[in-house]
Amino acid sequence: MTGFAWIDDPLLRVDRVTMRFGGLTAVNDVSFSVGRGDITALIGPNGAGKTTLFNCLTGFYKPTVGRIAFSPKGGLDDDRIDELTATARRNSNDGGEDLYLLERMADFEIAKKARIARTFQNIRLFSGMSALENLIVAQHIALTPASGYGVFGLIGLPSYRRAESEAVERAKKWLERIGLRRRADDPAGALPYGDQRRLEIARAMCANPALLCLDEPAAGLNANESHGLATLLREIRGESGVSILLIEHDMAVVMAISDHVVVLDYGQKIADGSPLEVRENPAVIAAYLGVEDEELGPAEAELTAETKP
Amino acid sequence: MEIFLQQLINGVTLGSIYGLIAIGYTMVFGIIGMVNFAHGDVFMLSAFIALLLLLLLTQGFGVAEGPAFVVVLFASMALTALWNFVIERVAYRRLRGSFRLAPLISAIGMSTFLANFVTVTQGPNNKSIPPFLDKVIAITSGGAYDVTLSYKQILIVAVTAALLAAFWYVVQKTPLGRAQRACEQDAKMAALLGVDVDRTIALTFVIGAALAAVAGSLFLLHYGVVKSSDGFVPGVKAFTAAVLGGIGSLPGAVLGGMAIGLIETMWGQYFSSDYKDVAAFSILAVTLIFMPSGLLGRPDVEKV
Amino acid sequence: MLSAAASPFSRALKESALATLIVAGLAFPIIAFRADPDFNNLLELSARWPLFLAFCALGFGLRFLLSLWESRPKAALALAQATTGKQRKWLAPAALAALVAYPLLILALLGPQAALKWVDTFGVQILLYVLLGWGLNITVGLAGLLDLGYVAFYAVGAYGYALLAPLTGLSFWALLPVCGLLAAFWGFCIGFPVLRLRGDYLAIVTLAFGEMLRIVAVNWDAVTKGEAGLYGFPGLTFFGLPFIPGPRGFAAHFGVAFAGVHKLIFLYYLVLAIALLANFVSIRLRRLPLGRAWEALREDEIACRALGLDTAKIKLTAFALGAFFAGVAGCLFALRQGFVSPSSFTFTESATILAIVVLGGGGSQFGVAMAAALIVGSSELLRELTFLKAIFGENFDPTQYRMLLVGIAMVAMMNFRPRGLVSMRQPTITLGPEPEARS
Ligand SMILES: Nc1ncnc2c1ncn2[C@@H]1O[C@H](COP(=O)(O)OP(=O)(O)O)[C@@H](O)[C@H]1O
Ligand SMILES: [Mg+2]
Repeated sequence: MTGFAWIDDPLLRVDRVTMRFGGLTAVNDVSFSVGRGDITALIGPNGAGKTTLFNCLTGFYKPTVGRIAFSPKGGLDDDRIDELTATARRNSNDGGEDLYLLERMADFEIAKKARIARTFQNIRLFSGMSALENLIVAQHIALTPASGYGVFGLIGLPSYRRAESEAVERAKKWLERIGLRRRADDPAGALPYGDQRRLEIARAMCANPALLCLDEPAAGLNANESHGLATLLREIRGESGVSILLIEHDMAVVMAISDHVVVLDYGQKIADGSPLEVRENPAVIAAYLGVEDEELGPAEAELTAETKP
Repeated sequence: MEIFLQQLINGVTLGSIYGLIAIGYTMVFGIIGMVNFAHGDVFMLSAFIALLLLLLLTQGFGVAEGPAFVVVLFASMALTALWNFVIERVAYRRLRGSFRLAPLISAIGMSTFLANFVTVTQGPNNKSIPPFLDKVIAITSGGAYDVTLSYKQILIVAVTAALLAAFWYVVQKTPLGRAQRACEQDAKMAALLGVDVDRTIALTFVIGAALAAVAGSLFLLHYGVVKSSDGFVPGVKAFTAAVLGGIGSLPGAVLGGMAIGLIETMWGQYFSSDYKDVAAFSILAVTLIFMPSGLLGRPDVEKV
Repeated sequence: MLSAAASPFSRALKESALATLIVAGLAFPIIAFRADPDFNNLLELSARWPLFLAFCALGFGLRFLLSLWESRPKAALALAQATTGKQRKWLAPAALAALVAYPLLILALLGPQAALKWVDTFGVQILLYVLLGWGLNITVGLAGLLDLGYVAFYAVGAYGYALLAPLTGLSFWALLPVCGLLAAFWGFCIGFPVLRLRGDYLAIVTLAFGEMLRIVAVNWDAVTKGEAGLYGFPGLTFFGLPFIPGPRGFAAHFGVAFAGVHKLIFLYYLVLAIALLANFVSIRLRRLPLGRAWEALREDEIACRALGLDTAKIKLTAFALGAFFAGVAGCLFALRQGFVSPSSFTFTESATILAIVVLGGGGSQFGVAMAAALIVGSSELLRELTFLKAIFGENFDPTQYRMLLVGIAMVAMMNFRPRGLVSMRQPTITLGPEPEARS
């Protein structure tokens, strides 16, 4: 027992992943683990390959080389992973726990079966649809069988109506949560930028994920909004026990909420550890934090403020 | 063998025309990522402009056909370019950054408009001109079948080659070409660096139309006949050429044009001329489905 | 003061002069001259300078007005925004009542002979286009898949009936769903490989498939009888009673005088019922997970996949259902026409149906129906106005003008309301205003 969930109880293991685009190596031989129930931050300068790595995890890109193992209930076990790797299958659940090899799965299967939800660096809401509808589409997987794959719903059976009203309740809860209850029926595209960011997170949460991947959720938010976001993320983790992997530039947010930080630079992992360890790491300071000294000041102040009570 | 050689010559002639039109598709796609559905109809319009100008010069002013054709070639390039300039301005410019199907739907509307505009103003029937420049050179003789090369065909291939050379120079060596390639890579960045994106795009349409107009004049010369529905099938074939060559790639467009021209004539010769359009359409479908980056295009991973 | 007032005017003048020059350039050979074959089949040029000048003047006038309009005080802008009518509750029932009453009313007013045309061209034909529009609306309007080969599915339905009816001896009641399923099956087969393509490639490939099918219909003489087409297949019957004069016919059975219009009135109600069913299905589906997934797909495919939606399957359902409607419409078309040939299934037809969807505002059932009535009805109306022939000459064909205007309208729609009704789209489910609570 190390006390670090990413060592004791990992639910995601990225194993020597490399992604090349033509001659460009965007991600180079990166390995790390994500602990169950942790908030893990993936940081690094622009172009370091963070988004590319996210896309590999969620199946939008196929890594050129490497293995990505995922188990929603945690407790990844190397022997089982190797065993599955030797077969041609994508997942196994013989040991009781589901185990998935993500690099073998299509993007939508990863979301549907492995239950990994994500947001995008450039927000991708269904902008012509209302905020509420966005959250209901996110529950498509749960609602489809209830609608009899379209047939029962078409003739208006009560079982579907019940399922739908449950979905609406859930959506309503999340809308209240992110303070958008009033604007539930407005097109998502008409919402202010910060609201859109939060709505995208709520949408991902409505899909009932085991791992929530957030690509720069605080980008473009002001200090106040960033702070609110940090609080929201911590609450989400606390209540639903979902594990969170986030890419973030705002060091204040990173230091304040993460349990584990992984640092990328030029596609390579240069550090991996607790926020305190990473902050002291000379390679990190040189590559990343060193350039943005002034950002570290408030972050530190905030961090001590947060840990005091 | 003689027949094959003859069809080879015919195929290259036809391929030159397709290649010229295909460049218009490929350039516009390269720079704004749009399938310019109306391009085939711009080509047809240019053939009509050429037809009318040719009649005007020969009948109205008694100019001999040869010199008249030279004047017509340049005049129809200019007039068609003006048309496409206006079309871009009216139908597409405001749509950049609009929802993703808007430019294509607008182009379909424009295509419908152009085809029916010409039908309404000139009538739906075939318009044929008396043949000229139809001397032929016999390449083989004495066999069962004489392979011939007509002056027309020489002219068509020569004009195409000369234009392509000039055009290649423009794209590779001039500031305009540089601006074009910059916009292709990243229009926003290019704008930040002081490239006039609107102007560059407009010029792309103008150049594409000028090349289509050359194709239109040559088409008229080659077949001696044109009608208002002639934009559709040659347009789709030229688009097929662009896709086959790798959309966005200029040498690809020419290569694809040649390939389509050859396939069409050979298919017509050896299989069935009834189904020769099916050949082109199936190449289009197969290419798009199985190798969307074509022969010379670069494959790319969809950015997320 | 004076210069401020004069400058927009003189600027407008300058701009209009330029516009006139451009219009002159555009119109120069194509409007100014017309080439027509003479008796020896040689082309002869005739000049049309008055028309040319009229175009130039029009260019000048329009640009001038536009320039003045653009330089108007900007305060006026806000005014244009305010008016978006509320959905009226009585609209749908009223429209339905009118539709049901229409053929009987026409019959009562005009008598069986004159009513024929009105029930047929303005009734059945428009309703068929409405049905087609609603079908394509699922594919294009809801799912955002631009299908340019839609007419192919229409053709599958029409040929399906024309070939199967004599072959199997089944009644049209049985063949109606069969034709729909046949078309849906084709949609499935074509959709399967193409649906992973990006939007505009999809459009082009469907176009290619549509054209290929038509070329096959033209050339496969043994089955389709080529350009000549198929005819003589069993027609519509009233639950077994044929619409024929003799004693075994519909008229004799009900003891009324035989009239051709009876068959059309029956067909009218048949098409109306099917269209209403299609409408019901579309509206219902929009509120189900499948329909919402279609719309989500139109909005952002990548986001859909990130939420676990199997986009290929969802696209396929939209494609196949759209095709199903087209197949059913095709079957009805064969019943109406009694004759099926490839010339009814050209790309122009696809473009017309697409225009109906686009101008109807992509997504709105009512808008699509209105657009169908407008586009199809207007040109038929123009055809009725014989005096137009006197002005435009004997060869005046309003269809050409219709497509000319449709083309302009599509461009205008994309420029000014690119998302059509999506911008005034009603959400499929609402929470309504927050209940007043905790204070
Ligand atoms: N689809 C793609 N095709 C080509 N290059 C890509 C693609 N996606 C990302 N890249 C390149 O990979 C590198 C890493 O990008 P990214 O992962 O977005 O960085 P980050 O998110 O850390 O800022 C960049 O140089 C980028 O240009
Ligand atoms: Mg990034």
